[in-house]
Amino acid sequence: MKIRNREEGHKAELSMTSMIDIVFLLLVFFVMTFKIVELEGDFSVRMPLAGREAVSMDPTDLPLKLRLRANQEGRLTSMSLNEIDLGTDFDQLRANVVSLIGSTSPMEGEDGPEIEIDTDYNLRYEYVIRSITAVSGYKDGNEIVKLIEKIKFAKPRR
Amino acid sequence: MRVKAKKPDLAEGDLTPMIDMTFQLIAFFMVLINFAQTESNDRVKLPSSQLVKPPEAPLEFPIILHVAQDGEIILGGDNFTPETLRVGLRREITVIKAENKSVKDANVVIRAHKDTASGDVQEVIRVCQEQQLENFALRVKEDRS
Repeated sequence: MKIRNREEGHKAELSMTSMIDIVFLLLVFFVMTFKIVELEGDFSVRMPLAGREAVSMDPTDLPLKLRLRANQEGRLTSMSLNEIDLGTDFDQLRANVVSLIGSTSPMEGEDGPEIEIDTDYNLRYEYVIRSITAVSGYKDGNEIVKLIEKIKFAKPRR
Repeated sequence: MRVKAKKPDLAEGDLTPMIDMTFQLIAFFMVLINFAQTESNDRVKLPSSQLVKPPEAPLEFPIILHVAQDGEIILGGDNFTPETLRVGLRREITVIKAENKSVKDANVVIRAHKDTASGDVQEVIRVCQEQQLENFALRVKEDRS
């Protein structure tokens, strides 16, 4: 008996090559454009021109004054809050703010206490943000306890 | 009797798991891609703070100023110094006024590099104040540690 080599019917197969090409192109695109998202937030500061502010300022409600001093490299060397020397310890700054506003004006929001930050010109911005963080509040577990919301800057020192 | 076995032409590997994985990777990157990164600038590395949270609603009429480490200011893709920033701000203010809004409605978002001199940031604020802008947002990175 002779068995013939019967040809099997061709299956209509989808060409994988072009699809894989495109899929890999997509993959490369997404890998190249991928950037880990860093969450950002804002410290909101309302600072109108100093002239108009001075007119409306209540003399009994003077802002706290935070002075930040820097060395030649821009590193923080010392800071003082209302002439109280605090060294470079931001926790101490926070503790002083808590004691000062806790005893004088516990109100928050628009009528709350105000702080004026007076920094050396070359102080790195990072230290200013750290000081703003220290005076703005602190974290109590997952809750944020607010301290001072009104922040302004003194005139730049040249 | 001889029966010839027909061998396949090519020894093809099974592509299914690879395609599965590739599609999963694509789905992963598509979900995580953030097209709203246009606000960021490569020359700016923000300082971080534990107290900030991402805003629930976007700021109205934002004017985004990037302050690079050397104090150069980037606004809308153009570079400025504190002396020339006025020109760029006026351009933005014109757009805001064209929408029948006041200058005071604008929010100036300051994205300054963490090692830039804070005096440079103060200069930026001063120039903005001269243009009657008074709402500022100091943008920082959220520190979850």
